[in-house]
Amino acid sequence: MKNKPWKPWVLLAPSLTAVFFLLVIPVCFVIVYSFWLRGPSGQDIPAFQFGNYAKFFKDFFYPSILLSTLRVALETVFLCLVLGYIPAYFFYRTESRLKPFLMVLVMLPFWISFIIRTLSWINILGDSGLINHLLLKFNIINAPMPMLYNEGAVIMGLLQYLLPFMILNIYVSLDGIDKSLAEAAKSLGCTEWQAFKEVTLPLSLPGVSAGCLLVFVLTCGTYLPPMILGGPGNEMIANLIFKRVIGTLDWPFGSAISTVLMVLLMTIVYTYNRYMGISQIFKTLSNES
Amino acid sequence: MKKVISGWSLIKLYTLLVYIWMFTPIIAVILLAFNPQQFGSFPMEGVSFKWFIKLSHNSTILDAFKNSLVLGSFTAVLSTAFGVPAAMAFIRYDFRGKEFLNTLLIAPIMVPEVVLGVALLLFIRWLQQPKSFTLLLIGHVVLTLPYVLLIVQARLVGIKKEYEEAALSLGANPFQTFMEITFPLLAPAILAGMLFSFTISFDDVTATLFWATARNQTVPVKIFGMLRNSISPEINALGAVMIVLTVSIPLLAGFVSRRFVRGRHKT
Repeated sequence: MKNKPWKPWVLLAPSLTAVFFLLVIPVCFVIVYSFWLRGPSGQDIPAFQFGNYAKFFKDFFYPSILLSTLRVALETVFLCLVLGYIPAYFFYRTESRLKPFLMVLVMLPFWISFIIRTLSWINILGDSGLINHLLLKFNIINAPMPMLYNEGAVIMGLLQYLLPFMILNIYVSLDGIDKSLAEAAKSLGCTEWQAFKEVTLPLSLPGVSAGCLLVFVLTCGTYLPPMILGGPGNEMIANLIFKRVIGTLDWPFGSAISTVLMVLLMTIVYTYNRYMGISQIFKTLSNES
Repeated sequence: MKKVISGWSLIKLYTLLVYIWMFTPIIAVILLAFNPQQFGSFPMEGVSFKWFIKLSHNSTILDAFKNSLVLGSFTAVLSTAFGVPAAMAFIRYDFRGKEFLNTLLIAPIMVPEVVLGVALLLFIRWLQQPKSFTLLLIGHVVLTLPYVLLIVQARLVGIKKEYEEAALSLGANPFQTFMEITFPLLAPAILAGMLFSFTISFDDVTATLFWATARNQTVPVKIFGMLRNSISPEINALGAVMIVLTVSIPLLAGFVSRRFVRGRHKT
């Protein structure tokens, strides 16, 4: 096993070849294309110029979509944290026999089609959806409240998609904390809340930050919720890319926007990895199944 | 002490509310699928299977189902075939650049699907190849490979190297060792990896929208197209079928593998 240094390379060859040809090279193509020109009749002309990037940053239209993408991502991260920390803490502390069952329930949405989960909110928030139906029935309102096709609806869809990631990341981190630490703090005179604030919470921060990064990155690349639950003003950067590439076939400009998105996310992931280490996320993802 | 209990019951209540929030929309889809009304919305007016029956006569959806099943199965087989040896290499061997290569192979998780979609399509266009089933398949393999790798690696770390070394020292060749020792111990992770990649492939919308043609649409892409003219009870029915299908497969697999393991312990 030891004297054959070529063996791991044989085992790695298929996946490395696949990832190299199907990810690394295509991504390089995107970067190269982002400097190309688009001819008057739509053909791509090889060039090296920054016109596509200049076009992106020329007026406020495109950067504002980028900014609103980042805003939605931050809002989603914050709400995921608010909604997710307490259930994760519940799993950590509970001694209920139902715990394994409840954990499976949290992971269940991973197995349910993303598009179904997204469109299911139409049944809840729509004009004839569950909430409006109940409010009308009990005469609280006289006409349906418009709740769909705005940023709130988009965030609802995103939250439902991303909350399990957040809960699991926090739970994995909490689960590694020795419960006797909080007990020790309490025996030294801390209240329950103080013990949590001074001991458990700081120790769970790696999971919290891993969850935040994952949710942030996944939100920045999101395409479906704004399409299905958002209105015309709720476009996010991925929708823009899709429209430029598939809609108007403007490959160079679409590539430039993709490059902007990639550079932005890579900077964030790189900075995160520098200070926090990215292995925490992989640890949680491998527990998903 | 009393204060502690009330704090804990607040936590329980909060968790319960989060569960309700998370599952109400999903339950609504299943309920509304049985609503005989023309518009897919509340109130429920009786229970009927008519949308399911209508669905079963819709040949374009049946075609999409067939496409999705074939694509998902091929993706599952290919990504495990690629991922398992790679996981073996990372866990069982030491070589230069290991950390870097491991990160590289897991990177597709962190690359936004839109970018992946554009990139692969651009590459195919440069090669002057048309969009095809093969494009979808290789794309889905790239999407799912990291998950297989993560799942199998996590399991492989827990399997002691000594078992394999014992088999080797007793005269088994490396292939026999893998088939007789490693594979049976690794089987649950391989199954989990296959199921996970099947589900990811079966569910994927964003990248698939870039790669699919009119001829090889998958179910989610088909649903996306149907949604343009608002939500219909037929979509709810299709959603209910998808939910039952994609949720029952892993539960069933978990059940079967547990039975399998228990049965082997008895003998």
